[in-house]
Amino acid sequence: MSLFGSFFGRSSKTSAPVARDRLQILLAHERTGNGNESDLLNKLQAEILEVIKRHIAVDQDKVQVKLDRGNSVSMLEIDIEVPEQMRPSGRP
Amino acid sequence: MAKVLVVTSGKGGVGKTTSTAALGAALAQTGQNVVVVDFDVGLRNLDLVMGAERRVVFDLINVIQGDAKLSQALIRDKRIETLSILPASQTRDKDALTAEGVASVMAQLREKFDWVVCDSPAGIERGAQLAMYHADHAIVVTNPEVSSVRDSDRIIGMLDSTTEKAKGGGKIEKHLLLTRYDPARAARGEMLRIEDVLEILSIPLLGIIPESEEVLRASNLGAPVTLSSPDSPPARAYAEAARRLEGEKLEVTVPVERKGLLARLFKGKS
Repeated sequence: MSLFGSFFGRSSKTSAPVARDRLQILLAHERTGNGNESDLLNKLQAEILEVIKRHIAVDQDKVQVKLDRGNSVSMLEIDIEVPEQMRPSGRP
Repeated sequence: MAKVLVVTSGKGGVGKTTSTAALGAALAQTGQNVVVVDFDVGLRNLDLVMGAERRVVFDLINVIQGDAKLSQALIRDKRIETLSILPASQTRDKDALTAEGVASVMAQLREKFDWVVCDSPAGIERGAQLAMYHADHAIVVTNPEVSSVRDSDRIIGMLDSTTEKAKGGGKIEKHLLLTRYDPARAARGEMLRIEDVLEILSIPLLGIIPESEEVLRASNLGAPVTLSSPDSPPARAYAEAARRLEGEKLEVTVPVERKGLLARLFKGKS
């Protein structure tokens, strides 16, 4: 019907696929943020930060913990950003 | 053995009460004993949609608080003798619903009926949680629209975590009922497609109820649409959904556009 649609001055782009894509992104995010799971992620983030802080000075927001739920495999993603000048020297 | 069914959605206005009435009547028409229970304390409407609003004497809260016996509060439908309604209270608030009280009423209803169909209030608060707590089956009523799908997703999460079944390590059986579906708009790409909603929510499809003026006509008359116009598309879709609930394997009918091309053109122009 896009042919008729454009005749009558309507956008040829349909809105339903946009709705679907927005929902998929939003729900992927919300499903990991429910109840116990977000508690677990917060705890993990705090404890990982604690261990790292013993050796390197990093900010709270430089440690990101994310859980991606899949049907067969779920992935726990831990992202730590290390400041340039604070890198351990590595030399004995 | 009795089955407890909750009709829920999270979002308001998607058709929970309409669906409770229509499915309850359709199940009762097959000769089974059915009670529809209104859990929307303070905003009761199931009695109105069922045309029993002038026959309410006692309600769910009266039974819970021991002011009336269950048999005094149950209203027998005048059209189908195997159908009863247990109304909610219009004057009390949700705090009058206690977990123990609801448990006791549900246990009594399980003994009397084959199907206990609970009409949940909107939202995710106490009232909605109590309505779903004792359920064996859940019907998640969803419109093909973003906010309804999001809320349904939230409700599905709650069904899997906060119900009696879930807490006991079991699983509640969930069914998706897609309501207010407009095939013409879906064909034009203006409405979420059935496949998209199914993929996003990933629970089995119980039925697709087409958007129809018959639904409003039924509530105007105070009759479940399955009784007021049994041959209309929404009534047929509800009747088929009821048969699926009873375990019949039945292909889901996808509503098709009934308007001609000309009508569609003029509709698109306005």
